[in-house]
Amino acid sequence: MRTTVPIIVAFLAGTLMVVSFFFNPEKIWIGDAKDVALQWMTIVGGFALVLGVVSIVRVNARAVQRKSEGWFYKLMTVISVFAMAIPAMMPVTKESFGGSIFYSIFPESWMSVLGTGSQSWYDWLFTYVDAPMMETMFAMLAFYIASAAYRAFRARNAEATLLLFTATLVMLWRVPMGEAFLRLFSENLPGYINTYVMGGFNVAVQRGIIIGAALGAASMSLRIILGIERTYMGK
Amino acid sequence: MIKQKTIQILPIILFTVMMILILNLSAYAQDLGDSVFLYSRTTVIILLAVFSSAVLLYTKWARAGKKLFIRKIAGVDAVEDAVGRATEMGKPVLFIPGIADVEDIETIAGIAILGRVARVTAQYETPLRVPVRYPMVLAASQEVVEQAYIEMGKADSYDKDTVRYVAGEQFAFTATVNGMMMRERPAANIYMGGFFAESLLLAETGNAAGAIQIAGTARPEQLPFFIAACDFTLMGEELYAASSYLSHEPLLLGGLKGQDFVKILLVIAILIGTLLVTFDAGDWYIDLFDVP
Repeated sequence: MRTTVPIIVAFLAGTLMVVSFFFNPEKIWIGDAKDVALQWMTIVGGFALVLGVVSIVRVNARAVQRKSEGWFYKLMTVISVFAMAIPAMMPVTKESFGGSIFYSIFPESWMSVLGTGSQSWYDWLFTYVDAPMMETMFAMLAFYIASAAYRAFRARNAEATLLLFTATLVMLWRVPMGEAFLRLFSENLPGYINTYVMGGFNVAVQRGIIIGAALGAASMSLRIILGIERTYMGK
Repeated sequence: MIKQKTIQILPIILFTVMMILILNLSAYAQDLGDSVFLYSRTTVIILLAVFSSAVLLYTKWARAGKKLFIRKIAGVDAVEDAVGRATEMGKPVLFIPGIADVEDIETIAGIAILGRVARVTAQYETPLRVPVRYPMVLAASQEVVEQAYIEMGKADSYDKDTVRYVAGEQFAFTATVNGMMMRERPAANIYMGGFFAESLLLAETGNAAGAIQIAGTARPEQLPFFIAACDFTLMGEELYAASSYLSHEPLLLGGLKGQDFVKILLVIAILIGTLLVTFDAGDWYIDLFDVP
C-alpha cells in the first residue's frame, strides 16, 4: 500500500502533465491542468510549512536546552522565526479575521505595525535586518570567486594553461578597461572573443550539457511515471 | 509474482491508452487553427513516442537479463568512498539535495541519491546531516532517509532531525549550512540537485573545511563553480543517472541505455540540420522542431 498508492499518484499526475501540454487550455480543461496542479502544489506547500517550523524550532530548541556550542545564535534563530511570523499574521483591522476580538484586548494603535504593510514591524525587520544580511552573503561571492579562480586557473598542465589563457581573455573582454587594452592589439579582438569563445565553444558545450540534462530529466520522469524508478521513495 | 508483474505492466498499458486517446481526440478536432488539440506540438508527440519506446524497450531487455554496458561515473563511485572516509574519521556526512522545491526534477534526483547515501551511512552508522530549504523537500527527504535506515535494519539509529529545515531564504540557508560545515567539519559534503548563486559559497566553504566534496547539478551555469571547488562533479544527465547507477538494478540501467539511444538519434538530427542549414536548405527542418 505504501508503495502502490504513491506510484498511482505519480502516474496520474505525471500523465496529466504530459497530456495537458498537447491541448488548448482555452478549449478544454485538461489543457489548463498544469496551472491547476501548480496551485494545488502551492496550497500543499503552505500546509507543509508547519513541518518546517516544527523542525527548525525542535532542532534549535534542543541545542539551546543542552547549551551546546553556539546556543545563543540558535536562540536568536528561534526568536527571529516568531518575531517575523507572529506580527505578520496578526489582524490589521477590526474587520480582519479575529480583528474585533484582538483589538478589544490590544490598543488600536498597533494596527499600523502589524501585518506586512510599509510601516509594519515585519517590513522594518525585512528592510533593515533580513535584506542587508542577504546582500552581505551575496556580496561575499566575489571573494569566493577570486579564491576558486586562483585554484582553477593554476597552469599545471596544457589544458589548465589553455583555460587560464582563455579565462584571462574573457575577463579582459568583460571590463571596459580590459576591452580597451585588447583593442590595442586588434580592433576586432573583443568581437572575436565574443563570437568564437563565448558564442562558439562556450555555447556549444553548454548546449551539449543542456540536451543531455533534458534527456536525463525526461528519462527519469518517464521512469517515475511508469513506476520503474522508485528510488525517490527510498525503495 | 503475477500480481507484481501486473502492477509493473499496468502503467505501461495505461500510458499507451493515454497516447492513443490523444491521437483520437486530435482526429475529432475540426478546425486546425482553433482546435482542442495543439497540432503545432505534434513533433513533440512523435519524439515522446520514440523516446518512451526506446526507454521501455531497453528496460524490457534489461528485465529479460540482457547485459547492458554502462560507462563508469567516477563521481558516483566516489560516494561510497566518501562515506567510508567519514566513517573512519568519525565525522558526519553532509548531504544537500539542492535548494529548489520538490516539483523540480533535479530535487527528485537529489532525493533519490540521498536514499542510496542514507543506506550506506545507515550500514556504517555514520552520522548524516541533511539541511533543506523547503518543507516539502523536508517531508520527502525524511521519508526516504527513514526508509533507508529501516531497510538496512538500523531503524533504532535513525534520528528524526537527520533531515532538518534550516531556512527558506537562499542566503540564510547558505549561511546556516556554511556554519554547520565550519563547526561540525563533515568529512564528506555531497551536493546533488538544483543550485543557484550559493553553489560556490557552499563548495568553497566545504573546501576550506577540508571535506571531500562531490557535487551534481544539471545547471550549466553552476557547473564551473562546482568543478573548481569540488573533488568530483556529476554534470547534467549524470545527476539523473546517479540513483539508477547506485542502485545497480538492471531495470533502471535499461532506462539509461534507452536515453543513450535517443541521444544518438538527436546527434544524427543535429548533423542533418547543420548540413541542411550550411547549404541553405534547412528552413523546413527548423520549422519541424520549432514548438511554440
